[in-house]
Amino acid sequence: MTDELIIKAIEEAKKLNEEYNFFNTICEKPLEKELGKGKLSGYVVSVKDAINVKGVESTAGSSILDGYEPLFDATAVEKVKNEGGIIIGKASQDAFGFGTFNANVGVRKKVPLNPFDKTRSCGGSSGGCCGITQKSELKHVSLGESTGGSIVCPASFCGVVGLCPTYGRISRYGLMDYGNSLDKIGPVAKNVHDAALLLEVISGFDDKESTCAKAPVDEYSKFAGKDVKDMKIGVIKEGFGEGVNKEVAKKVKEKIEILKKKGVEVEEVSVPLSSEHSLPVYYILAMCEASTNLARYCGMRYGVATDPLKKSFNDYFSGVRSENLNKESKRRIMIGTFARMAGFRDAYYIKAAKIRTMIINEYKKLFEKYDALICPTMPVIAPKFDDIEKLTPLENYMMDILTVGPNLAGLPHITIPSGFTQEMPVGTMLIGDHFEEKKIIQLGSAIENEE
Amino acid sequence: MEVDKELLEKVATVARLKLSKEEIDEFIPQVKDILDYFSVLEKVDTKDVKPSFQPIELKNRLREDVVSEPLSQEKALKNSKQSQDGYFKGPKAV
Repeated sequence: MTDELIIKAIEEAKKLNEEYNFFNTICEKPLEKELGKGKLSGYVVSVKDAINVKGVESTAGSSILDGYEPLFDATAVEKVKNEGGIIIGKASQDAFGFGTFNANVGVRKKVPLNPFDKTRSCGGSSGGCCGITQKSELKHVSLGESTGGSIVCPASFCGVVGLCPTYGRISRYGLMDYGNSLDKIGPVAKNVHDAALLLEVISGFDDKESTCAKAPVDEYSKFAGKDVKDMKIGVIKEGFGEGVNKEVAKKVKEKIEILKKKGVEVEEVSVPLSSEHSLPVYYILAMCEASTNLARYCGMRYGVATDPLKKSFNDYFSGVRSENLNKESKRRIMIGTFARMAGFRDAYYIKAAKIRTMIINEYKKLFEKYDALICPTMPVIAPKFDDIEKLTPLENYMMDILTVGPNLAGLPHITIPSGFTQEMPVGTMLIGDHFEEKKIIQLGSAIENEE
Repeated sequence: MEVDKELLEKVATVARLKLSKEEIDEFIPQVKDILDYFSVLEKVDTKDVKPSFQPIELKNRLREDVVSEPLSQEKALKNSKQSQDGYFKGPKAV
């Protein structure tokens, strides 16, 4: 049975990839002999390219890592294998996670296309994970990763469930860093139950990762389908304001009505500080952290290389980096490097880190009263590639307005498919307090498949 | 913030990037646009606020100082396309 499933899964992945470019690498030889039996038996699993899978080319979507075959599994991957999940390949992403539309792929790599309309984006940066999860006819779940919204954004655009956990919930060991204080591995699935099940498998303390939390792991999948009566949620006012597509807002409001009917108490709340300042705070911190993390890619220990003896020290490293990092990677390295330079560090990095504290406190205060907060996941439906090309980098960053807040504050959040407008999926986002994934799973499952 | 060719070239050198003239020309207005946007934070009063370098409370965790088996030399070099006699081959530093 397992052998048949593996063959079928790889065939399907190859076929879909020809049409949609969901994968950077598809496993040629299935990883069956390493398979355990357990909670994920019978599930096919795709893995975002930035998460290491032993012996399978892993590039974080950037050509500078072409040819790199990790010597070890990321902890999350190891846990998936131990529970019987069948890993079939590395999913496409914006290089290093730098993007909202999965259009910033590495040089020589292909952009994945939205499963509902090939002229539109899958969303990013975990675009391949979400595209294949939507399109596969098998039981498919995916390991995505979010720094500023990279799980829920593409999940919303592709009409699947995406869950970004609390910072520290899942070990980052084996994940290629974008911003260490922000990166989180998390599940993508066809339904809330499967997302909760995968979360349950990959969560927990890990000795190999110093920011991994010791908080106990709940049996998350048991919270899918649980009664939500008397729970209390706050509707984020700013999530329905200017810049948010009216049809998107309407679909999300319909979901809120369903929760009311099920006995959930609903009140309007406001997050003024987060709404106004999360974007610049996020981009400063993320770019500063990214610019230091990317310093290690220089054509020596792994990835692409030419003969280093032919060039001087500076010429060699700069040359390899300039030829193989894409434009958005260069842009972020430039801005991050600038913001960390002597004389600017306090004005940008430290200032942003202080406002981050204020934003965290703003959310924490609300969780004294509410079980979860709710708003649209993205302000728009998946845009067309033609329209994405017209955006300036800053306009591009603005699309993350609703997702950067919870990511900065390290709060768990989930997106639930919420119907369609212009034949494209809409997502509703539920945000929970630290380590309260179970509550957003409970509330999320109460609105999925309900009209 | 004044963003010009000279500044970007200086930053590029620090970041070990070689940018083409076209890239520099493209980046000048974009970087200016982004840095201007960042400057809205100047107005936020952060007196007595401590910076957060990650979002949850974590304590420093140290492991026992014991000898363990490191990655073998063969494995460490496996992903390098430029190695020789058990070493990584790098460009001349001087």
